[in-house]
Amino acid sequence: MDLGPHAAFIIWAYVGVTLGVVGLIAYAIIDARRTRTRLAALEARGIRRRSAGGKP
Amino acid sequence: MTIELTAKRPNWFSRLANPGQFLAWSKGFVWPLVIITGLLFIAGLYYAFFDSPPDYQMGETVRIMYIHVPNAWLSQFVYGVMAVASIGTLVWRHPLADVTAKSAAPLGAVFTGLALFSGSLWGRPTWGTFWEWDGRMTSTLILFLIYLGIIALWRAFEDQGRAGRIIAIFTLVGALDIPVVKFSVDWWNTLHQPASVLTMSGEHVAPAILIPLLVMTLAFTLLFATLLVVRMRTEILKRRAETLERQAAASIAG
Repeated sequence: MDLGPHAAFIIWAYVGVTLGVVGLIAYAIIDARRTRTRLAALEARGIRRRSAGGKP
Repeated sequence: MTIELTAKRPNWFSRLANPGQFLAWSKGFVWPLVIITGLLFIAGLYYAFFDSPPDYQMGETVRIMYIHVPNAWLSQFVYGVMAVASIGTLVWRHPLADVTAKSAAPLGAVFTGLALFSGSLWGRPTWGTFWEWDGRMTSTLILFLIYLGIIALWRAFEDQGRAGRIIAIFTLVGALDIPVVKFSVDWWNTLHQPASVLTMSGEHVAPAILIPLLVMTLAFTLLFATLLVVRMRTEILKRRAETLERQAAASIAG
């Protein structure tokens, strides 16, 4: 595929946007996993939400 | 005399407002959204590179438009979502409103940054310059700085409930920049071309270029929706973890 004389600009635009999008996705996944691990560690220590035990 | 003890089922707005309920119903949305977004990106990129001709003026650089326009659209749309969420925080104290606003801010900042980046890479071969201090570009740069300010404010406060109300006011004041971004191309002489897709006189773009543009815009918008749902779920769980940590600390101290 011939992208013409300005191919470098097109390629760098797509590379930059791809890096930005992949970064956002990776950040969302890592943050979600870290948070789930943090909650699981708390529950493993026996610390639970008051509402989880059922309110009177 | 008997007393009615069965609680009335809360209406849909209350159910939507409940973070626990949100975690339950949003779970089933994540994977379908991921799959639809992925398919739209595949279709959009196919159209962008293999099924659209070079533009008669821009030549091959029109392909940058297929990523620039969706990011530019999202830079404003995400801020719109945050502004609506801010009204939800201030008027209804909706518990999910500040979770929405906080989760959307980094997404909006990245999309705005990518709009500026892809725009400057398009500008150099087309206009002969990476950057020009004209109305559209300057107001978009200000929008980017507003996003960064909002992210910094969220990090500055420990009490997220109080932060939510203060940032909601800041967000609504910052929303004044959105019409400036939108109408800058009409108000001032600018290098940036006026609107060509959504105009009163119909679109001014050939279908061969309009189709990839619309498919990519839909793909990026669904990407935002997917990431927003995932980030909102994470934010709710983070707040739960913080509450539990405080609860644990209090039980040790007391």
